[in-house]
Amino acid sequence: MSQISLNINGKTTTADVENRTLLVHFIREQAKLTGTHVGCDSSSCGVCTVLLDGNPVKSCTVFAIMAEGHEIKTVESLAPGGVLHPIQQAFWDQHGLQCGYCTPGMMMTSIALLEQNPNPSEHEIREGLSGNLCRCTGYNNIVKAVQQAATAMSTQAADD
Amino acid sequence: MFPANFEYVRSHSTDEAFAALQQHGSEARVLAGGQSLIPAMRYRLARPAVLVDINPIKELSYLHEKDGFLVIGATTRDAALEFDQNILARYSLITAVSRVVADPIVRHMGTVVGSICHNDPSGDWTATALASRATMIVRGKDGTREISIDDFLVDSFTTAIEEGEMAIEVRIPIPDAHTQGSYQKIERKVGDYATCAAAVQLSMNVDGTIRQAGVAITAVGHIAMRVTAAEAMLVGQRPSLELCKAAAAEAPKIASPNADQRGSAEYKKDMARVLVGRGLQESLLRLGVSL
Repeated sequence: MSQISLNINGKTTTADVENRTLLVHFIREQAKLTGTHVGCDSSSCGVCTVLLDGNPVKSCTVFAIMAEGHEIKTVESLAPGGVLHPIQQAFWDQHGLQCGYCTPGMMMTSIALLEQNPNPSEHEIREGLSGNLCRCTGYNNIVKAVQQAATAMSTQAADD
Repeated sequence: MFPANFEYVRSHSTDEAFAALQQHGSEARVLAGGQSLIPAMRYRLARPAVLVDINPIKELSYLHEKDGFLVIGATTRDAALEFDQNILARYSLITAVSRVVADPIVRHMGTVVGSICHNDPSGDWTATALASRATMIVRGKDGTREISIDDFLVDSFTTAIEEGEMAIEVRIPIPDAHTQGSYQKIERKVGDYATCAAAVQLSMNVDGTIRQAGVAITAVGHIAMRVTAAEAMLVGQRPSLELCKAAAAEAPKIASPNADQRGSAEYKKDMARVLVGRGLQESLLRLGVSL
């Protein structure tokens, strides 16, 4: 057992856990943030994607103890005060979800993608999201949602 | 699926990591990006008693050119190469492979050196290192030593790294203006193991003959393999479609793939031929050589 402290969404959670505890389990069970899902359990599906220092990572393939000293952002960080993030609004508007299970991972990857490339082509969006699976196969609307968010976020940036 | 528990050692310097590896010997494994090791531990295919985490070692995170080589440190992520302007401009083989290793998310954690050290039979970086004639730098008891990639890759999941040693960096010769490469990969879906893949790099003489050829295939044997016969056939020759076809036909002769859900052994062997052929042709196209 080790005592570890993780900075998740700006808040520190400290807990005694086994070294083998995966980041996704720490987020769900110690920090009690269940927006981050567990899907394939084999680093294939991307539903557990969170941002580690701004980069998307599969939290089922990182030990929690490795994340000490880093900034973790989960889907719960997106709507402070209940105001939806442009990516959340876009998934809503474009019906970018069917069952919704993959959505948190899709949104976290999309945010990092738009950070890297604020104006991606459809091809670049599909490539950027290729590590996230939607088993409802609702990809077309997911791509539309990312396109809407890209427009909204660049307009927002221009206004700022 | 939970990995077996382990003792965790966080290292902040190469000296610290090395000391921990010396202390724990064969019980210890280096934890770099973990994108192969952690899944292997979850499936209980790997069960190290001690993990020496090298991720916090800032001095091992670098990507630059030095003394004729591109040098990539042990904690440099795949994504660092994918988005590097110098690599995009001058390293066609590295650029191509950096876009098809695993998936875009995994590339933010996975490392080039870690992938070569893992030496998976389906590794993309191992084949790339062979085709580009890379050298591994390994730290041992008597200081660091250089190991050519051919000697480094010993067998499936086995390298020339000995107990208590650790890989520090990989060095890839800087391609000159007359060098181009290509990476060809068939995969069922992004992030899956390759069904078959081929790494190719060609360097030309001013008289239009081939000066150096690097040809390697992966996922079609117990280890990524250099297609020595193809390289020998190409060097010194003037490129032609016939030459490309003849060189590509050498690939299936050394391939020994297993049939699995990705295809039959016959199919994979033939794809080794097809992908080497395509890699040669794409490299020549990039060199401005018309066939």
